[in-house]
Amino acid sequence: MAAQTRPKRPVRWHIGIFLAPAVLVYTAIMILPLAGTLQLSLFRNVSESQVFVGLGNFRTLFGDPNWSVGFWNALRNNVWFFIIHMLVQNPIGVMLAALLSSPRLRFAAFYRTAIFVPTILSFVIVGFAWKLILSPLWGVAPHLLDFVGLKSLFTPWLGKEQYALIALSLISVWQFVGIPMMLIYAALLSIPEEVIEAAECDGITGLSQFWKIKLPLILPSIGIISILTFVGNFNAFDLIYTAQGALAGPNYSTDILGTFLYRAFFGFQLQVGDPNMGAAIATMMFLIILGGVCVYLFLVQTRLRRYQF
Amino acid sequence: MTTKLLTALLLGTSILGSAGVAYAEDVTLNIESWRGDDLAIWKDKLIPAFEAKNPGIKVVFAPSAPTEYDAALGAKLAAGSAGDLITCRPFDKSLELYKKGNLADLSSLPGMENFSPVAKSAWQTDDGKVSFCVPMASVIHGFIYNKDAFDKLGIKVPTTRDEFFAALDKIKADGTYIPMAMGTKDLWEAATMGYQNIGPNYWKGEDGRQALIKGEQKLTDKDWVAPYEELAKWKPYLGDGFEAQTYPDSQNLFTLGRAAIYPAGSWEIGLFNTQAQFKMGAFPPPVEKAGDTCYISDHTDIGMGLNAASKHADAAKTFLSWVASPDFATIYANALPGFFSLNSSPVKMADPLAQEFVSWRGKCKSTIRSTYQILSRGTPNLENETWVESANVINGTDTPEAAAKKLQTGLDSWYHPAK
Repeated sequence: MAAQTRPKRPVRWHIGIFLAPAVLVYTAIMILPLAGTLQLSLFRNVSESQVFVGLGNFRTLFGDPNWSVGFWNALRNNVWFFIIHMLVQNPIGVMLAALLSSPRLRFAAFYRTAIFVPTILSFVIVGFAWKLILSPLWGVAPHLLDFVGLKSLFTPWLGKEQYALIALSLISVWQFVGIPMMLIYAALLSIPEEVIEAAECDGITGLSQFWKIKLPLILPSIGIISILTFVGNFNAFDLIYTAQGALAGPNYSTDILGTFLYRAFFGFQLQVGDPNMGAAIATMMFLIILGGVCVYLFLVQTRLRRYQF
Repeated sequence: MTTKLLTALLLGTSILGSAGVAYAEDVTLNIESWRGDDLAIWKDKLIPAFEAKNPGIKVVFAPSAPTEYDAALGAKLAAGSAGDLITCRPFDKSLELYKKGNLADLSSLPGMENFSPVAKSAWQTDDGKVSFCVPMASVIHGFIYNKDAFDKLGIKVPTTRDEFFAALDKIKADGTYIPMAMGTKDLWEAATMGYQNIGPNYWKGEDGRQALIKGEQKLTDKDWVAPYEELAKWKPYLGDGFEAQTYPDSQNLFTLGRAAIYPAGSWEIGLFNTQAQFKMGAFPPPVEKAGDTCYISDHTDIGMGLNAASKHADAAKTFLSWVASPDFATIYANALPGFFSLNSSPVKMADPLAQEFVSWRGKCKSTIRSTYQILSRGTPNLENETWVESANVINGTDTPEAAAKKLQTGLDSWYHPAK
């Protein structure tokens, strides 16, 4: 009897209508291609027609040493690529932001722009410019080192297995250090004056003010930067491709998941592309990134303390 | 961009097709090609020469961009709008077209007898019974050297390996020139200009290549490892930092006169002639002892086939027979020095460097690159692996034996020749 008392609420059509454009566009350009990739990875081309093979492609990817060695090598390189970004790019970004936000710094706007400019450059320009800078024949790097008497330190970094990946990671750091800098800079500017003043009244100034007051307040931003770096690095491809080519030489030492996927999907030279194996690799990349983002969302972000002012 | 180009091409062919109907007695043949660079040569030299001899047949050369050619051609063949004559890529890509029924069988075409079996191998079925494209051009490997540098240092052109390394030692000791301009950064230089250049002398050209395909020889055999051992010896003669030296770097080093010897492919001739300010010469890969049979890589690169759906098959065959004739070969080879006609009858060429290259055909035995036919169909891809391993061997990060073993293991994993 009580059930009859509450009047039925009218259907709220407007929610659906307002959501529709975003949902439709996102579905069309993100979800459908993603689903298509996942579907493609479950098929195989057998005598000119697509045949469903279940997880067969993944079994090949992990079970066949011809594929698995390449995959694990690419994943290892990719993890190393990410670690270098985390250890070099983000601390430098935070440091630059802290320096820029110092009120006593002159020409702050100029520095900020100058450091951010490489980020908006094309990969092709960056890859080509650095290839020239580091060229043992016509590059400025050997000449500059010669100038200060350190010529012996120069080696053809991009051509040596043990250095090439580190060199490329640092080039990428050079290019993208502007992004953490900008985000942290914005976070630092949004710290209210009262908090800083209160700290000063308590005698916390200078470096210890940064460590004890500002750093805890910008931790959420650092978290966001970490996750952006993670996603960006595991999707990276362009820099390696422009600087080292699709075979990511020497001896696959700079091969990351992006270049590995490219060779599998589109083929290279006499190698014929295999879209199904390519899709299997793309699916693995998707799962790796999804896993990383989930770890961050559920384990890290929920524990970050936020401060409301 | 691709679609636009494709539409333009399709539109172009349809207009030209109807133009052919308008002049009822004239047949118009369309040529599909990726060699946009050759447009002027076709328009001004080749087609007028053909049309003068064959009134009633008009020919139109309609190239598309190299990177789009295969996809555009595939789409046009499927739609039935492709040209009558199709420029053939070597090996598997054209073989696939033949198997799909897009290319006609040309085994009995008059003029095919002008070509050697090696020349035809790029456009044949695996058993060698059916040929489906007329071979047009090949590129030859060897070494181009700086004649002024050789004269100054009093070096004679080396013919044996000992002389070759003695020459390199002498250039290195003098110090004016980098002995050899080659880098390993782009990987393919090491494989194509290195391994495939000097290799045929070790594995005895076609004998070794065929034995490898039949499974009678392995990449770990002495004849296939030995070229790697020689490559490993090249390392001290390359320029400083050769590990990061790219292909354009190598070209510039040589044309600027800073390096004495350049492991080359004949396609460089055109560029080097315009850029180098010194006299150049060329020599084939040195042999072990004076008087040994020499082998050269005379790699088939371009051919031309007949669209199986062509409405003017007879006219097209007339044209293809002309492509197979010495007339065509002479015009083509002179217009594009470095791209040599595959015709058995000798072609007179004006360019001295090109003459030198082609003269080796007379004294050496020709073969093609070992990895191209059949052996690069699987995963891992033998050609790509050869690039990587050749660079590794020169860099010294892999021993010749280890490199050969890796290649053979990779090949064994998918290639099982019937014995």
